[in-house]
Amino acid sequence: MIFHTPIMAMLLASGLSSATIVWAAGFGIRVLRHWDIESGSARQLAMERRTHLVSTALVWMMVLELASLLLFVFNADRMSVMFAGSMCAVGTLNANPFGFPALMMKTAVFFGATLWLLVHRVDLKGRDYPLTRPKYGLLIAMAPLALAAAGLQLTYFLGLHADVITSCCSRLFTAEAGSIEAELAAIDPGPALLLLFGGLAVVLGLAILTRRFERAVAVYALAAALFFVADIAATVSAISPYVYEHPHHHCPFCILKPEFSHVGYVIYLPLIAGTAFGLAAGLLPQRPPPASMKTELPRIARRYVAISAGLFAASALVALVAIARSGLVLL
Amino acid sequence: MRCWIERQRYLIDFTFSSLMRRRARNLMLFAVYALVVFLLGSVMLFSHAIRQEAALLLAGAPEVMVQRLVMGRHDLVPASYLETLKRFRGVQEAEGRLWGYLFDPASDANYTLMVPSARDREHRLEAGETIIGQGVASARGVDVGETLLLRSPAGEFLKLDVNDLLSSDSQIVSADLILLSEADFRRFFRLPDGVFTDLALRVSNPREINTIIEKAARTMLDARFITRRDVLSTYESVFSWREGLLLALLGTSIMAFAIFAFDKASGLSSDERREIGILKAIGWETRDVMAMKLWEGALVSLSAFVVGFLLAYAHVFLFSAGLLDPVLKGWAVIFPRFTLVPRIDGLQIATLAFFTIVPYTAATMVPIWRAATTDPDMVMR
Repeated sequence: MIFHTPIMAMLLASGLSSATIVWAAGFGIRVLRHWDIESGSARQLAMERRTHLVSTALVWMMVLELASLLLFVFNADRMSVMFAGSMCAVGTLNANPFGFPALMMKTAVFFGATLWLLVHRVDLKGRDYPLTRPKYGLLIAMAPLALAAAGLQLTYFLGLHADVITSCCSRLFTAEAGSIEAELAAIDPGPALLLLFGGLAVVLGLAILTRRFERAVAVYALAAALFFVADIAATVSAISPYVYEHPHHHCPFCILKPEFSHVGYVIYLPLIAGTAFGLAAGLLPQRPPPASMKTELPRIARRYVAISAGLFAASALVALVAIARSGLVLL
Repeated sequence: MRCWIERQRYLIDFTFSSLMRRRARNLMLFAVYALVVFLLGSVMLFSHAIRQEAALLLAGAPEVMVQRLVMGRHDLVPASYLETLKRFRGVQEAEGRLWGYLFDPASDANYTLMVPSARDREHRLEAGETIIGQGVASARGVDVGETLLLRSPAGEFLKLDVNDLLSSDSQIVSADLILLSEADFRRFFRLPDGVFTDLALRVSNPREINTIIEKAARTMLDARFITRRDVLSTYESVFSWREGLLLALLGTSIMAFAIFAFDKASGLSSDERREIGILKAIGWETRDVMAMKLWEGALVSLSAFVVGFLLAYAHVFLFSAGLLDPVLKGWAVIFPRFTLVPRIDGLQIATLAFFTIVPYTAATMVPIWRAATTDPDMVMR
């Protein structure tokens, strides 16, 4: 199925972006070893000059990675008609063993890319580029992830065959299936919703605390990561059944479909962006803070926290509206 | 944020006037870019529209079709199979269908002869009557109220009065269709009573289809079951494969376009070099010059993308994709004339952008950086 148009587009994008990230990571190693903003040596000047190219190319490639994840999920849903037994993206991703690992890895790259873009944005604000080293450190950590994501995606697409009989989401997300998806589906809706809205209250409380205590930002970053997991669990356990108005349909992918007004995107996108902003806020404060951004850095971190909390609240609000409008009564 | 927007606004303003100063050069790039978008966009829009058309047509088809195989070949199905199938729980309705092909030497074309379903009140026919598709009518030069003469494979002639023509909206399936009564059909093909070409099953709950087929296959060992979903996924696979193959061939044009864009972006004129030199001398940073150049690329990309896509849209939906017809549609003597219903979706636009804007941006990145890092004294000297 390699000749499916969106697949070719995604392979082109992942080939380009992983090549760029690996090349930039090679440059990143040089930066980590030799970067000295105080120095006026030819090597330092050449590196400073090259950072313009590397960072611009990376900004593009990171944006491409973000778009590529959306395309991957959307296309998986669209291709479900080609596989016997498949009703939505789950069936397509389940058509061979590499589908879900590819999705997980692409999501990890998505987070990495958003973090990198946010840190890069802050770095440009300081006149001495104070975050250059951590930024390239993050990039070097991301390179194997990007390569793994590209490799898994290629293996997955090469192994996609139309004659495969795959499993529908209603088989995967049932309490009896005995997998992690099944565990999530088996959580009672009451505790799941408590986890979601209680978690939101904690996250919002922490966001207010960061206004007063700078150290709370790190705690917030951790809470943001946990809230992401809690929200996904609540979506599988309770929000999805409310959207479908069916107590036993727990699929977190069917809510992306047009028949449910693409409500999944409105829940997931703010959730993912909010998590990325929260994690980026946690990465920003440095000990000791760089001289050029002594006041600016904590201010930006607080702003990222506020944006993250706002996005989490927006995602939860959409879920709440979906529950309120649903004809299903679970509680 | 406001400051950032203002900055970008001034940059766009400056870039636009800079583009206008080198109109001829940029127009050429724009034309090639739009042509690439047009070509790829036409293939994608056409293939998507035709897949949608198939999906819409099949929406009214029976959930399961049952054929009988003898020595691996499609054979006539006895009526007893119908009775067996009706007994399966979940089968809402089972009906025997009569249809077949006829090669007509007079027009060098193949016709499809079919007996309308008993449920189809609109096309009910008595012996000696027929309703024909537009393609048959024009191939044989007959109209409503006239007589259609067909020669059977056994050499006998069948005279049919044309009652009506099938609506031109359904041309994609009905162009070569001749509807006739069951009695005429059986007489024409010398078909005994109690046999059908195939059987059609209606199943009210789609989740039960596989279970019904599983059970039926155990008792009817020589039967082949084809579900509507199978047909749909085959259409989807075939057309998306054709589209992909054509796009892969067009990949060489994307490559050529990327090389062209790289070349254009690398070959800065002395005017442009001087302009960058002056900008840097008056305080622009490398980052600003790169932003300006990237805006230049973005403006060209956006306008070429929009124009190319609109041209592709017009080509496919207003001019019936004249350039792609034979490759993607297929061909036949009686070929239905149909206009595709305009359909655009986000996935297509995103994919097209991946195929065009991404290679363009990748190809121009290094030349832009080279231009932006030029030392002012080097170029102004």
